[in-house]
Order: sequence, then C-alpha cells, then structure tokens
Amino acid sequence: MTSQRVHFYQVGSFAVGNRLLNEEERTIQAQADRTNSIDSGHRACQGCGEALGARYALDAAMRATNGQVVAVNATGCLEVFSTPYPETSWRIPWLHSLFGNAPAVATGVAAALRAKGKKDVRVVAQAGDGGTVDIGFGCLSGMFERNDDVLFICYDNEGYMNTGVQRSGATPPAARTATTEAVGPEPGNVFGQGKDVPRIAMAHDIPYVATATVADLHDLERKVERAMEFHGARYLHVLVPCPLGWGSPSSETIHIARLAQESGLFPVFEAEYGVVTSVSHIRRPVPVEEYLSRQRRFNHLFGANPRPDIVAHLQAMADENIARYGLIAPEMEHSS
Amino acid sequence: MKIPFAITLDVGSSRANHTGSWRVERPVYVDRLPPCNNACPAGENIQAWLYEAESGNYEAAWHKLVEENPLPAIMGRVCFHPCETACNRVQVDEAVGINAVERFLGDLALENGWTLPDAGPDTGKRILVIGAGPAGLSATYHLRRLGHQVRLVDSAPRLGGMMRYGIPAYRLPRAVLDAEIARVIAMGVEVQLGHVVHDVEQERRDGKFDAVFLAVGAQLGKRVDIPAGDSSRVIDAVNFLHQVAEDDPPLLGRRVVIYGGGDTAFDAARTARRLGATDAVIVYRRNRERMGASGEEFEQALGEGVTVRWLSTINKFDGDRIVLEKMQLNSEGFPEPTGEFEELDADSLVLALGQDTDLSLLEHADDVTVRDGAVQVLDSMMASSTGIFAGGDAVPAERTATVAVGHGKRAAHSIDNFVMGSDAQVKERHELASFERLNTWYYADAPRTERPELERVRRQTNFEEVIGGLTPDNALFEARRCMSCGNCFECDNCFGVCPDNSVIKLGEGMRYEFNYDFCKGCGICVTECPCGAIDMIPERN
Repeated sequence: MTSQRVHFYQVGSFAVGNRLLNEEERTIQAQADRTNSIDSGHRACQGCGEALGARYALDAAMRATNGQVVAVNATGCLEVFSTPYPETSWRIPWLHSLFGNAPAVATGVAAALRAKGKKDVRVVAQAGDGGTVDIGFGCLSGMFERNDDVLFICYDNEGYMNTGVQRSGATPPAARTATTEAVGPEPGNVFGQGKDVPRIAMAHDIPYVATATVADLHDLERKVERAMEFHGARYLHVLVPCPLGWGSPSSETIHIARLAQESGLFPVFEAEYGVVTSVSHIRRPVPVEEYLSRQRRFNHLFGANPRPDIVAHLQAMADENIARYGLIAPEMEHSS
Repeated sequence: MKIPFAITLDVGSSRANHTGSWRVERPVYVDRLPPCNNACPAGENIQAWLYEAESGNYEAAWHKLVEENPLPAIMGRVCFHPCETACNRVQVDEAVGINAVERFLGDLALENGWTLPDAGPDTGKRILVIGAGPAGLSATYHLRRLGHQVRLVDSAPRLGGMMRYGIPAYRLPRAVLDAEIARVIAMGVEVQLGHVVHDVEQERRDGKFDAVFLAVGAQLGKRVDIPAGDSSRVIDAVNFLHQVAEDDPPLLGRRVVIYGGGDTAFDAARTARRLGATDAVIVYRRNRERMGASGEEFEQALGEGVTVRWLSTINKFDGDRIVLEKMQLNSEGFPEPTGEFEELDADSLVLALGQDTDLSLLEHADDVTVRDGAVQVLDSMMASSTGIFAGGDAVPAERTATVAVGHGKRAAHSIDNFVMGSDAQVKERHELASFERLNTWYYADAPRTERPELERVRRQTNFEEVIGGLTPDNALFEARRCMSCGNCFECDNCFGVCPDNSVIKLGEGMRYEFNYDFCKGCGICVTECPCGAIDMIPERN
C-alpha cells in the first residue's frame, strides 16, 4: 500500500501521457515528435480503429528500431484508404503486392535485407483479419514455420469491411454481416466456426505472440517494443473496432475495444515460444451485454425479440476465456 | 523526377486531401466550472491550486490559493468543506480531501514564511472595516491588494473575532490563528482594538472614510425563559467560549448540560469535557437528522464522551436537577410536546440556542435596512448606496467562517467598484463540470487518506489539536486524487487517440489545438477526455 502511494500519478498509466510522469514513462503517442507513420488526409472512416492501431504499432516499431522499418501491407481497408493513387499517407518505406501474399513478400524483403547486409533494418508486415485469418493464412503459416525475421501485425476488425462488411474467419458468432444476415432461428454468424489465430500462431512455437487492443496504448506499445527485441517470426493481433461494420458510434471506438477486453470476449495476453507469459487482468468486469448492445451488428439479440440464449452462449465464451487465461486477478476473486 | 514506366503522376502526400470537409460536428476545448469551486463559499479556485499541488509545487499552489483566501491554515481546520460534499470523486470512491490539503499548504506556508502578495499601489481611498473576524480580515486583505487604505477596528482586545472567541483551541490552535492574522496585518493595516463603534455614520465622518465594511458578527447568545432557581448556574455558550478563550473559564461543575443542536452546542460540550466535566449532555429538541451541527463534529464529540438527549426540551432547572420534557416530531417535522417528563442531574446549564447581532451602531444610518436582526444587503454585499457594505454573521446567510471569508472578498471588490467609480462586473461563470462528462476509466484507483485523529483518551483532558495534518507524501497522494473536472490537465489523451493526427500539441502549459483541415469530427477525443474538457458543437455551414 505504501509503495503504491508513492507511485500514484492521478491518471497513472491509463492515459496517453501524464505530465507527472518522467518523459521515458509516457507513451510514444504522447510525444510531439512521434513518427506519425500514417499521415493526416487518409480516407479511413470517422473514428477508424485500424488507422489508430496502425499508427500506434508502427510509431512504436519506428521508435524501437531508430526509424529503420520497412512495412509490407496486404490488401484491405488499411491499404485502400492510405494509398489512393497517386497519394500516400505513409511516412515510412511501404510496399503492397496482393491480398494473400503479404507474409511471403515480407519474408522476401527480410531475405533481401539480409543479403545486402542491412542488419539494422527490420520488417513489419500488416494486414486486416481477412488478409491474415483467411486469404493470407497459408503464407502466414509458412512464414511462422520458417521462423522468418518478420513481425506480422493483424489489425482485427472482425470482417471484410471495405468491400461491404462480409464475414471473415474472425467474425464473432451471432454478428450480423452482409453474408451472415440476422434472420432465421440462428441469426447472424454461426457458432463454432472461425479461427483463433493467436493460438494457432502459438502452436507454431514462434518466439513471440501477443494480443492487444487500441484501448490500452501503454500495453500495445510495450508489446511492439518487446516483439522488436526478438528475431524470427513474431505475431501481434490487435483488436480495432470498426464503427461502420460494427454499427457503433464513431466516438466510441476506443470505448468498445475496452469493453471487449473487460468483458473477457477478447483476451489480452502475450506468449513466448508457445507459452503464455503474461495476461492483462480485467480491471472493471462487465457482462457481455454491455459490449454487444452498443453495436448494431448485435441488435437482433436485444430489443423487441431478444435472444437471451444467444447472449448467454456468448457470455459462456467470455467466461471460458477468463478461465483459460486467468483474466481475473487473484486478489479481485477474493473480494468479489 | 523521372517517372517510371506506365506511371503518369508524381507521388503525392495524402495531406492534399482535406478530410475536415467531411465533418458535421467539430470538437472544441472548453473550461468548465468544477463542482468544488462552485460549492466553495469563499470562492476558491480549488481545482487550480490542486493542479499545482499535484506536481509537488506547493508554493505555487499556496499562492494560487491565497489569491482568493488569505487564511488557508485556518480554513483547513474550521471549514466544513462543502467542496468535498460536491466533489465528483464521491461517485468514484470518496471525495478528495481538499480540506486536508488546504491545511497542509497553509501550515507549510507558515513554516516556510511565505508571504502574501504585496499591497496594490495606493489609491488614496480610505476604508473602515468594523470587526476583525473572518469577514473583516478577508475584506481587509483584498482591499489592501487593491491599494486602498484600511482601518480595522474591533471591540475585543485581540484580532480574530469568532475564530478566537468562538472556536475552541483544540479545533484551531492559537499559534496558527495569530500567524495567519499577522500576515494580513503585515500588508500595512491600521488596527484599532478595544474600540467600540457606537455610531457608524459619526465614525465614518470623523475618519473621512470613503466606504465602510460592517462585519460585526453575531456576538449575543440567545436566551430563553427557563424557570431556574437562584442558585442555578446558567450561562450562554458564546460567553462561555469567550471566557475560555480569555483563559478565564467559568466554574461549571462536574455535570454540564448544553441546550441546543448546532456546532456551538458541540463546541461548548467538548470544551466542558476538557475543563473536567464528567458528564457533558446535549439536550436537543429534534432528532439526529435535523441537527444543525456537522457530522464530523458530532462524531468527534461522541468519541470524547459527550452524550445527547434527542427530542427533549428543558422545562425547569432548579440548581442540581433539570426537568426535561420529551418531544415528538409531527408530520411536518416540527417537535411537539408529549407531556412526558424526565429528570437529569446537572450542576450548570449552557444555552447554545443561536446568536443575535448587536446592530445598535446603525441607529443613525437611515439608508441601511435591518430586518429580523440582520443587515439586508444586495448580492454585492452593499447595504446602502452611500457606501456601507456588510458581511459575515451580521447579514442573512449561513453562519460559518468560510461564508464570512467569501463575503469579505465580494465586499472588497464591490467597495473597490464603489470608491473608484467603476462598474466592473463579476466575470461570468463557466458551465458546471458534471460527473456525467467525466471518463473515470483513466483515473487511478485510490482511496482517500484519512488525517490521523489524536487518541481519544488524550483529547478529553487537554486543548491539544484533535485533527492532525497530512505528511508531504500523503498530501501529494491526496492532491493527485483530484480529477481536474472540466479543466484540461494535459494528459495527452486527445493528442494520442485521434485517428487523423488532427490534434496539435502546443507544449507544456499551453494545451492543444485542433487541426480542422483534417479533423473528421469522429468525437473519440470527446469520449476519451478524462475530465470532460472537450465539447462537440454542430459545424457551421
């Protein structure tokens, strides 16, 4: 208790910055001279979580490597909204080839750098959940298996958003998309399908796997920095809410991401060589309704014809995550 | 630049694309009125001085504090802190211990000899301040800062008014009182003690004063007719506390009964305990919920062995026995007699039934209206357009030292307007910073630091101060519990959470600015601002 008092800083490490903290303890996003890897004027929707997540992650990677980063991008929102010909929002070296081959292209870039002896230049590959979970999955698994020196970042907005909100392998059960309509006895996306790529990545025993959200900036930046300390294949899975596809107010992007984490639906953890090494504990637990009811893609679970059975099923998934990763801190379990 | 094969345009930056044109609403930075500031009777800018204290810059914090109130070490002890009742943090865990931090700053200033700001350049105007209690001292301080000459008169032999003669030393040590008063007087004040003003108009003419501030307080204890034998010792609480303050306590015996339910009743009871009374019994005609005394004072008194007879009135006192009549509350909450009687052993009876003001000095001041024993004043504290102002217990208001300090300040500014012939208005207050506007996720969890209470056994027998001060460590902790409601404290959240890099950080102390060329108006900054210092307003066409 006494030691906690000394470390009490009003907004602690929850806010982006904090005038009471030492410079080095503040986030990179609090620095006026951050890279701003993705510049203003990009065409992402209002309140885009992916634009935010990409800047957070790449600015942190730039800081960790002294500005020596090459980014490889799969097709997807991030690519489309940042580079309409002939403009670009990228202020870092950036390549785009195809939807499905970003991990393979990144492997090639890493090999080229090695061939040229440029040891200090690091490669980051990035894609949305479509490019990661579905279309680029074979290349990704190959990159993991070969342990190529690439940090692969998936910005997960749980669907194919720029083509009109179709279901992906990362879309949660019961969510309405253009291809999983909210009709019939089992409205929305089906239960029991989809892929948990962070766990699949861990199964490859690669050096580093982590999940993060745009709601916890300190955690996200720390994980990027940690990832850059390893060589070999690394995977970071960042939850980035999509106001358009999820049907949430543009102002609530970060709030929704926080609820995903606090409800247990999106577990935040990190793992090294296939073993979980740390988890972010839930600070203020909320039932899944709190998260779901703010998004139009789950509207059919509430309102005039509510589906408490489906909500209970989703709650069970959250509870399973909480149990699997130990998301409730031990001291909190005692008090509740 | 040589353009590659099949490419027709040079590469350009997305900055050419002014996404600000998408916007239908725009974020704007605002300052809102924190509830603590709103509730402070002395008009302190609490959020602002806590902001300085948060970074450990206690001297700057103290200077910010005394811009409004020259008596922080006193206020940090006797104020009933309505600021803490209003504090938004109540809805998170517990209120910020504003009062404790105020006292910490006040004590630190006395320890380090920090001085009040210099008096302003001389205006040549002369102001008479009658009464050297909290209202008079506060007015004196602000008048001196505005450059007016002040003569401060009081009928008592020493300065301080009710702070000296009404508030017992265990709540307000005399060394603290003396030191804070001396600091005001050191600004250059003509002091006249033991001087009774009989006619305010005469006094004003004789001294050629441009204006008068009347802060004579309420010094007369109210009496009620209680049949009492000749040998019965009956004293009013005001006199009792006054005599104790003069080191000449009356002999009350072992069993003391106090009649009344306000703070003065509890002060008298606790003082009686310290003077050796084995029984200090408060008799009050209503119940706990309707009692006037503050909860803190009540709890402390009980802890010191004071007892209370609720719903009772005193019928008769015959020297060593008091007859009580039991009361009951009617549907409107008024006590009604029940006809049931009880007896209580007593050596003396202290009456704490409220106080009246002696306003005989106003007899020749025809423009001043006195109603219900109080001077009627405008919001500006003006009692007469000829230049008589009044404040403190002499005007209709809550009778606390903090309210009096606020009156003194307001009157000083009104007097300044009056004598300088200006009509400067009080600047408009910002809208209230309500709890709903906060995003409390960002504030670290932190329970409040309690001030150490002296061992209860010790305080029944002496006049040592009951409530201790904060240590520097927990003062800092307490200050940092402030949520800075409605006022930017530069947490960088807006700068960090903007997906369009449309917030410009202007550097320490200068806050931020929006870049409306690119701001799409998503509103994330508004949602994620911890303290609610950003508004969303409709975009102009």
